Amino acid sequence: MYLYDTHDQAMVDARVTEFTDQVARRLAGTLTEEQFRPLRLKNGLYLQLHAYMLRVAIPYGTLNARQMHMLGDIADRYDRGYAHFTTRQNIQYNWIKLDQSPALLADLATVGMHAIQTSGNCIRNTTADHFAGAAADEIADPRPYAELLRQWSTFHPEFDYLPRKFKVAIIGSDIDRAAMKLHDIGIQVVNDPAGQIALRVYVGGGMGRTPMIAPVIREFLPPLQMISYLEAALRVYNRYGRRDNKYKARIKILVHEIGADEYRRQVEEEFAHILTLGLEPPPAEFARIAAQFADPAFDPAAPDAIDLSDPDFAVWVAQNVHAHKAPGYAIVTISLKPVGGIPGDASADQIRLMAAIAQEHSFDELRVTHAQNIVLPHVKKADLYAIWQQLDAAGLATANLDLIGDIIACPGLDYCSLANARSIPLAQKISERFADGDRQRNLRELKLKISGCINACGHHHAGHIGILGVDRKGVENYQLLLGGCEGADTSIGTITGPGFSEDGVVDAIERATNVYLDRREGDERFVDTFRRVGMAPFKDAIYG
Amino acid sequence: MGETLIRLRDDAASTAPVVPFADLGDHSNARAVRLMPGDDARALRPLLEQLDLVEVAFPAYTDGRGYSAARILREYGYTGELRAVGDVLVDQISHYHRCGFDAFAPVQPITRAAVDKAIATWPAVYQRTVDGRTPIWALRHG
Repeated sequence: MYLYDTHDQAMVDARVTEFTDQVARRLAGTLTEEQFRPLRLKNGLYLQLHAYMLRVAIPYGTLNARQMHMLGDIADRYDRGYAHFTTRQNIQYNWIKLDQSPALLADLATVGMHAIQTSGNCIRNTTADHFAGAAADEIADPRPYAELLRQWSTFHPEFDYLPRKFKVAIIGSDIDRAAMKLHDIGIQVVNDPAGQIALRVYVGGGMGRTPMIAPVIREFLPPLQMISYLEAALRVYNRYGRRDNKYKARIKILVHEIGADEYRRQVEEEFAHILTLGLEPPPAEFARIAAQFADPAFDPAAPDAIDLSDPDFAVWVAQNVHAHKAPGYAIVTISLKPVGGIPGDASADQIRLMAAIAQEHSFDELRVTHAQNIVLPHVKKADLYAIWQQLDAAGLATANLDLIGDIIACPGLDYCSLANARSIPLAQKISERFADGDRQRNLRELKLKISGCINACGHHHAGHIGILGVDRKGVENYQLLLGGCEGADTSIGTITGPGFSEDGVVDAIERATNVYLDRREGDERFVDTFRRVGMAPFKDAIYG
Repeated sequence: MGETLIRLRDDAASTAPVVPFADLGDHSNARAVRLMPGDDARALRPLLEQLDLVEVAFPAYTDGRGYSAARILREYGYTGELRAVGDVLVDQISHYHRCGFDAFAPVQPITRAAVDKAIATWPAVYQRTVDGRTPIWALRHG
């Protein structure tokens, strides 16, 4: 994976110095809270309901054991011994003191980490396929492009006060594991008709108040024109995106209002101009970065067989282990969704344990997934049983990946000042209702996603079952959506009808799953059956 | 509130009357012009040789359109004074400078020392813009 050189490190260190000065000025009163707010937000520091929350960037969700270990230490040192992995492949600490935040960032900087641009109306941390460089189905590794994007977007002077926040996701396979089409810009590494690597650029997707699936704006972009093209795409947005209404300020609204064809025309015009300016890093820089993402030294003699005689282990392998491109290796996903747990939360000890396992068994590498789980990307099949035993002893071996218990949930009203309703207790209730493993597996792949407000951090629009928490006359109320999907077959969920109480929505979900069990054909997943039979039978069962 | 003016240029400041962009049609000989956030900087291209001063207004620091306006003017070869006017805060100065501004007229006064410090915030930069700084990728590859 990519390691910071002296240039990268100097930038991170300079940021710590700058932020330390800003906090000092705030504490001294020379900066007002209003002036300080955008500055702290660009370092991921939010003022939440009970305390400051710090969001730390994990660029494209990739980190090494030393970095992961530090994330655990920080949870002990500055928080209450745990932390929360987010749907943007980042990590959040919920109980941070403002005067300690510079020291926290200084600790992070010692392992090449930071909180740069994890909030604010700027280009946020780029996300990527969490199986990048390991998946058997990959056309090309998207991470070298993601790293180019990280550097280009870091302290970009023109795009620091965009109309609204800006999120880019990049994938390198046809299977979309990053909800790419639901981002401001989604990039897919593809082969062009001549068999050359090209980038397909989608612009104008998003969730939030107005969910939209991004249209293709450029079918085949030469890969080493990516920075120039994004300069053009962002400039058109910065100049013409709406600033009169924050709910209409995302790029999806601009693309929708002027139309994909007109947006494309404007971008191409700007792109032609920008290509004359020499803004693109040279091929040698791409090669330098790509070399750091070269395959680790896989053992060609690694045996392919797995001893599945332990039935609990066999269940976990079937559910949480994916095919790797190298023979004898596998991709492990560690579920952070134990029955009744808080989705995405991990204790400091668990974080350090995952770091240690990655160091010993996964070429010193981990990934954070947008589904709030942790991936060990390069594990010898022969080591799986020992790893599983270690995880199991630490409460990290829940075999529920992509099942109904693998719930995505935002922090909700327990922490977040934007939330209208709590997400965590609801996730816990659903998890307990469907606690039985056989029952979960019988329901097959079923992605359930909960957001505590319309901002949709919990991706409820993209859930096979989605739940949106709203405030109805001072009482928490939950809307139910069915039929959303985030993969290559991205779709946006439909609201079933009137909302429910917390217990009521759990019952409604159970009734919806019963309809699926009654009506499914062949290998259909919940979302497939929903697409085939439509809303009516579900609605009848839920409200009947 | 009074404006202070900090110029990072050695030439004398323009004394020409500043014409609002919207009124340029009546002042084809204008030497100084003011752009509001919604004005199209590209429309000034025919005038870039004759202009000594372009003021770019920031009614609120959160409206970042002026960064694009400034950079576009420099990309098309404008060499006169480019002045950020209005809600111009010290924490944004380095970005203004990277986009081509070389003068600042903030509503809330900023010292020259604070401006110099802000511009020196970053030991290096990741992007090639219009300020002449060599991006990190070029430093790496000579």
